[in-house]
Amino acid sequence: MTIQLIAFYLFASLAVLSGAVTILARNPVHSVLWLILAFFNAAGLMVLAGAEFIAMLLVIVYVGAVAVLFLFVVMMLDIDFAELRAGFIRNAPVGALIAVVLFGELLIGVGAYRAGALVLGTPDGSAATPAGVSNIEAIGALLYGRYLFLFEAAGVILLVAMIGAIVLTHRQRSDTRGQNVSRQVERRPDEATVNMQPEVGQGVSL
Amino acid sequence: MTDFFQSLGLSYDWAWSLATIAGILLIALPLMLGVAMIIYADRKIWAAMALRRGPNVVGPWGLLQSFADGLKVFLQETIIPSAANKGLFLIAPIITFTVALLAWAVIPFNSGAILADINVGLLYVLAISSLGVYGTVIAGWSSNSKYPFFSAMRASAQMISYEVSIGFILICVVLWAGSFNLKDIVEAQQSHVWIINGFVANPLLFPMWVMFLISGMAETGRAPFDLTEAESELVAGYQTEYSSMSFALYWLGEYANVLLMCALNATLFWGGYLPPLDIPVLYLIPGVVWLLLKILFFFFIFSWVKATVPRYRYDQLMRLGWKVFLPVSLFWVFLVSGYLMLTGHFA
Repeated sequence: MTIQLIAFYLFASLAVLSGAVTILARNPVHSVLWLILAFFNAAGLMVLAGAEFIAMLLVIVYVGAVAVLFLFVVMMLDIDFAELRAGFIRNAPVGALIAVVLFGELLIGVGAYRAGALVLGTPDGSAATPAGVSNIEAIGALLYGRYLFLFEAAGVILLVAMIGAIVLTHRQRSDTRGQNVSRQVERRPDEATVNMQPEVGQGVSL
Repeated sequence: MTDFFQSLGLSYDWAWSLATIAGILLIALPLMLGVAMIIYADRKIWAAMALRRGPNVVGPWGLLQSFADGLKVFLQETIIPSAANKGLFLIAPIITFTVALLAWAVIPFNSGAILADINVGLLYVLAISSLGVYGTVIAGWSSNSKYPFFSAMRASAQMISYEVSIGFILICVVLWAGSFNLKDIVEAQQSHVWIINGFVANPLLFPMWVMFLISGMAETGRAPFDLTEAESELVAGYQTEYSSMSFALYWLGEYANVLLMCALNATLFWGGYLPPLDIPVLYLIPGVVWLLLKILFFFFIFSWVKATVPRYRYDQLMRLGWKVFLPVSLFWVFLVSGYLMLTGHFA
């Protein structure tokens, strides 16, 4: 039990710490790297909660794909820190407004927590994963059974977003020549080279 | 192993901790020794294919060459470029090296010999292998130098591209085995076709193995996909500014990653620790030996390809990943699941 306890406090404190440093770090690349550490610790907490499938997905999707793209973009940004600081005074009122709203939400959240949990049903253990069924099977049965249509709808929305992103950024370029691999492979020596014997001063047409 | 430590009179917590540490050392130390020897083997194979002798001075047949190189690198000065981002510059090789060792935790060496027998073993391998890109990208950025940066850009694009098709290939295997646990996947391959142990004998999965082998080469940045360190264009890629031990860590990590890919090939498609044929006599040889033989066989293929195939051009690499492997592997997921559905495999 002690090992789990130590692991929980390690992951939890590191998650909070790296989350804080993410917004405090001056260099955006450092911010992304701290964010990745936060994702990691969140995954560690998921493992401790017995949701190892979610933990692995968190690492694969967020750390392995999303954060790499973040890093990719942020690395190529040419950030002028002086210019960023110049906008500080101008944007301060908007920032303060957002801070006030967030603080208000935090207060409401604490109030709701103190008022007691929502009554969603009695915890009789009927919703728990039965023993012997693995995490993946339990989630799969729910996603492809009870919530099939919602799951499919989420997939369709993602597909639309993906196509939209491609359509928005795609442009047809006529000035570049692409490579047609199958045409190159199909070429034979006898059709690729022609033996010519041009008259003097005539030249050949290509 | 926990039982053994418990039999010595330790409480479960302590026995578990000691057993885990012992298991980590039992994997990591032979792996490091193996990496040293496999670098020597790689150079020897490469030399033989180019009709050269290869390393043959240090020790008998040059066997101690890697250790001499290691010692040399250890004694060199670590140079940190003045414009580099110091912290990240030093962390990057450590990330590469650590990640290369992490994934070995779930590889089954024998039916009982597995450090972490987890249900999501294959997903864990995917998660860890997707981290490999950070060592390269951070190195490229923190070096604050042109060529490493280009290399980092290439590396991140390349690794993301091939991970997608590797994911779909693995789904085919998982569908057939019915589990993400690597041990269960190995057990599912027992006399898969007639008396042959291994998914590779299955005509539906054989093309997936070929694609997995090629994607593995791209994922580990080995020739012919070693665009991240293409010396004719990028000097030495992301390693350009590295010297001494930080350079050696990349070296070791790269080869540990290659060995891991070989081990995954063996485990997922060639029956892992099972003998190639399901004949009782062959089970007398321990599973570790079979797995090692398979790993060495795949490493020979990797070396062979490195010695004989010219480097891909960058746009060809991207084309192969996105326009060939991705559609084919996606189609194969439909094919395999459709076949398994029709034959009532899931019933």
